Amino acid sequence: MLNNNFENVVGLEIHIQAKTKSKMFCSCSGSYFGAQANSNICPVCLGLPGALPVPNKKALELCINLALALNCQINSETKFDRKNYFYPDLAKGYQISQYDQPIGFSGFLELKLPTELESLKKIRIRRVHLEEDTAKSIHEGSSTLLDFNKSGIPLIEVVTEPDFKSNKEIDVFSKSLRQIVRYLNVSDADMEKGQMRYELNISVKKKGEVKLPSYKVEVKNIGSISLLQKILETEFIRQSEILLAGKIPVQETRGARDMSGKTYSQRVKEEANDYRYFPEPDIPPFKFNAQYLSQLKDNLPELPTKLVEDLVNTGISNANAEILVNNPNRYRLFRHLSNNINDKQIVIEIAKLVVGEFAVVKTELKKRWSEIKVEPIIFRQLVELRIENKINSTTLKSTLKLIVEEKFADADELMKYLTTENLLVTNNDLELKELVCNLINQDPTAKERFKKNPNISMHFVGQIMKLKKGSVDPKTVKDIVEELISK
Amino acid sequence: MTTKKKTIVELHQDLLSKKYSATELTKEYYKNIYSKKELNVFVNLTEEKALAAAENVDLKLKNNQEISLIAGIPTALKDNFNWIDTITTASSKILKDYISPYNATVTQKLIDNDAVILGKANMDAFAHGSSTETSDFGTTLNPYNKNNVAGGSSGGSAAAVAADMVAYSIGSETAGSVRGPAAWCGLYGFAPTYGRNSRYGVIAMGSSLDRPGVLANSVVDCAIVSDIIGGHDLKDATSIPELKTAYYQNLNSQKNALKLGLPKQFLDERIDSEVTRRVLEIISEFEKLGGEIIELDLLDPKYSMAVYTIICRSEVSSNLARIDGIRYGYNSANVAENILDQIALNRGEGFGNEAKQRSMTGAYALSAGYYDAYYKKAQLVRTLIIDDFAKAFEKVDLIIGPTMPSVAAKLGSTANNPLFGELADLLTEPSALAGLPCISIPVGTNLEGLPIGMQIFGPQFAEQQVLDLAYIYETKIAN
Repeated sequence: MLNNNFENVVGLEIHIQAKTKSKMFCSCSGSYFGAQANSNICPVCLGLPGALPVPNKKALELCINLALALNCQINSETKFDRKNYFYPDLAKGYQISQYDQPIGFSGFLELKLPTELESLKKIRIRRVHLEEDTAKSIHEGSSTLLDFNKSGIPLIEVVTEPDFKSNKEIDVFSKSLRQIVRYLNVSDADMEKGQMRYELNISVKKKGEVKLPSYKVEVKNIGSISLLQKILETEFIRQSEILLAGKIPVQETRGARDMSGKTYSQRVKEEANDYRYFPEPDIPPFKFNAQYLSQLKDNLPELPTKLVEDLVNTGISNANAEILVNNPNRYRLFRHLSNNINDKQIVIEIAKLVVGEFAVVKTELKKRWSEIKVEPIIFRQLVELRIENKINSTTLKSTLKLIVEEKFADADELMKYLTTENLLVTNNDLELKELVCNLINQDPTAKERFKKNPNISMHFVGQIMKLKKGSVDPKTVKDIVEELISK
Repeated sequence: MTTKKKTIVELHQDLLSKKYSATELTKEYYKNIYSKKELNVFVNLTEEKALAAAENVDLKLKNNQEISLIAGIPTALKDNFNWIDTITTASSKILKDYISPYNATVTQKLIDNDAVILGKANMDAFAHGSSTETSDFGTTLNPYNKNNVAGGSSGGSAAAVAADMVAYSIGSETAGSVRGPAAWCGLYGFAPTYGRNSRYGVIAMGSSLDRPGVLANSVVDCAIVSDIIGGHDLKDATSIPELKTAYYQNLNSQKNALKLGLPKQFLDERIDSEVTRRVLEIISEFEKLGGEIIELDLLDPKYSMAVYTIICRSEVSSNLARIDGIRYGYNSANVAENILDQIALNRGEGFGNEAKQRSMTGAYALSAGYYDAYYKKAQLVRTLIIDDFAKAFEKVDLIIGPTMPSVAAKLGSTANNPLFGELADLLTEPSALAGLPCISIPVGTNLEGLPIGMQIFGPQFAEQQVLDLAYIYETKIAN
C-alpha cells in the first residue's frame, strides 16, 4: 500500500579512487591496499607544516576522460578549492576539492533497461570533479587509530541529478557507471577495497507530486551496490511511514551500521554546512587547451554499450556479448584472440569459448583475466579443430588448460602433442559405422528399445567411446548410432 | 679575528686563503651569540650540526676541493623553515616540541652548499606581526637600541646579522617581513618575485603572498644567496619554471640613467618626517647620478592594507587548521568528550592570541554569505592594485620610497594595536600583493641612532634591475 502512494526522489554521489601511480598531490604510491598502516605517507599527505601540494596530471586526465565518457561539458579553465572542516582523518584541516568550476558538468548517462517500456533512459550528470581522499579511521574499542596510507589518493566525484524513477534504474546506473570506469581504466572500481563508494540523497514524495520534498536525507559511505539497494528499500519505508503519520522526516545525515540496510542518524543538519570554500592558493588555476581536450576525446576507448552492439552485429549472441563486455579484461582477452580474424564462424566460436570453457579453465588455474596470456595463433588452431569436430570437449578443455599454462611454443607443437597423445578424432566414418553396426547387430532388441526410449543410444555411444579411448567425437558417434539404430 | 659586518665575499676569501678555518669562524660567531644573549635572537641553537658542517668544509679545503661561495659561512634560518631532525616551531608554543622530519627546499639548498646554520631565529609566531612581540618565546631586541624592537616578522634573522651573530640570514616575507626588519636593523633585505624562491617547507602564513628572502650586510651577499636558494622547484606548484638566476654574476653599477618612480602616497603625513627627509636626500643622490625621478600617483596604500588583511588572514585561517594536536603539536592535558572538542581544546590552549585573532577574522571573511563581500572583493581589488603597478611601470623602471613609516618601534608600543602588523607594513603591502621583487637598503640613522630603510621594487622578474640600483647605492652613495 505504501508503495502505491509514494515514490522516491533519489540523487547519487559516487566517489571513485582514480588509478594513478602516485597520490593526487604528492609522490607517495597510489596503491596502498595491504600495506602496513602509515607506511605510504610523506609530509604532504600527512599535512605537515610547510608541505605543499602538486597536482597529479594523470589524475586530471582520468577525470576528464570520465567526464567525457559521461557526455559532460568540460571547464577548460578550472581550479582547485579548499573545503575547510575539522576531522582527525583530514590531515590539513581542509580537503583540496573543486567548488564552482568542476572539471565536467551537465552530462548524462544513457541506461539500457531490460523492460520494454522504457528501454533507454537518460540520467543527467550534474558534475564530475577531482579531489583527494581522507585517511582511514580504525575504531578499536574506545580508541580510534588513524592510517594515512589512503590520505591524498585521487578521488573523482560524480554527482547525478535526482532523475531515478525506480530502484532498478539505480542498480543499472551503478553497474553501468562501474563498467565505464573500468573500461576507461580510471579505476579498478573494486568496491570491497573501497575504490568506489556511494552517497545517497533520498527523500520521498506523494506519487505524481511535481514539487520536490522540503527535506533531504543523506546516507554516506555505501560500499556495495547490494547494500545501496537495501538502503533504498528501508529508507523508503522509513520515510513513507513518517509521511503517513503526517510528519516530515528530519533533514540529516544517516549511515548504515551493517549490511541489513537499516540506517541510523549520524548528524542532524540544521542548515547547510559552511565549508568556507576558497580557491586553493597553493595551486594556480589551470587551462586545458582545445587540442589537448580533443586529443583525449579522440583517444577515448569505446564504451561497453557500443561494444556489445558491435559484437552482436558480428553474430555473437546477445547473452555472450554482454558476458564478454562485462569484464574489461575478459573483453581484452577476447579481442586479443579474435584480432584480425575475418571468419565470422571462428570469431563466434572464440566468443563461446571465452564465455564457457575458458572461464572454467581460468577458475581451475586460479588466474585473473588480466593474467591470462595466450598466443592467438595457437588458440586459433584449437578453435579450428573444434569447429571441424576433430577434438572432443574433454580434449578441448584439457588442451586449453595446457595452452593457458603456456606449454606450447607454437601451433605445430600443439598439433604434435595432439597426434602423439592420439587425441585427434579420427572421424573415419566407415570404420565407426562398422563398429556401431556390429554392436547393434549383437543386440537384437536394440532397435525396439530405441523406439520406446531414444536415450538408450547413449549406451552405444559410451561403448564406442570406451573402445576408442575417447579419441572420437561423441557427437559424431551419437549421430551415427541414431542413424543406424532408427533404420 | 673580527666578524664585524663581514660580507660573504670577504669571509670566503679568508677561508680560501686559510686565514682561519670554518670551525674557528663558526666558534667566533657563536661567541658573539653567547655574549649577546639578552637580545633573544634565537629560538634554538644548533651548535653540534653547525660544527659538523664547518668541519666538513675544513676537510674540503684541506683536500683543495672546490667549495661554494657560502660554504663554511655561518647563517641563521628563520624558525618557519623546516630543517630535518631539528625543532621547528615558527616561534609558537603549539609547535614547541615539533621536530621536523624533512627539509624545506631553501634549507636543502643551503645544506647542499655547505652553509653553516647556527640556529633557528626568532620571529613573530607564525609570522603574525612586525615586531617579534607575538613570538611565544619573547621579543627580539634591536641591536642598535635594546629599548626598541628588531622588527618582524623576521626579527631574529635581522638582529642576528646586525649583531654579527651570523654573516647573513634567511627570512621570509608575506608583506614586509624581510624588508621591515632589515630597515629597522640597518641591513639589506631582498625578496625576489613571488614564485622565484620555493615555499616548500616554509610554514605557510599567506600562501599567495609568502616568499623566502635574504638579510645581509651587502647587496652582493643578497645576490649570492638568492642565486643559491632560488630556482624552479617541482615541489611547489607556484614556483616559476625558469632557469637558474645569475644575479651575482650580472650585478652592475653602471646603469645610472634610470627612471625612478616616487609614489606621493609613500611620503605623506603617515610617514615619520625624519624618515621622509632621509629618503629624499638619497633620492636626490640618485638624481645626481643620472636618475630621473618621476612622481607617481598610485592607489592609496590603505586599500592594499585592507586587501592584504582580508586575503592573508583568510589564508591563515585555513593554513593553521592542520595544526590540531592529533598527529603533532600541542596536545591538551584536558580530555574532551569527543574528538572535535579535543581539537578545539588543543588549539584553544596551544595557539597564541594573535593566531586566534587572525584565524577568526579570516574564517569570518570566508564564511558563507560574507565570502563575496570580503574575500572575493579583496581579490578583485588585488587585481586593480596589480594593474595599477603595471601602469606605473609603463612610465618608470623602478619604484622607490621609504620601507617603513617609522624607525624601529619602542618595546611594548604595539601591544594595544590589534592591527599593528598590518599598519607597520603599510608601505610594503602593495608590492607584496603584486608579488614584486624588492629590496630594503640601509640609508643611515635618525638622530637617536636608529636605522632608516629605503625600498626599491620593480616589475615582476626585474630582480636584476632592483639589485643593480641597490648596488649603485651601495657602491656610489653609501660609501
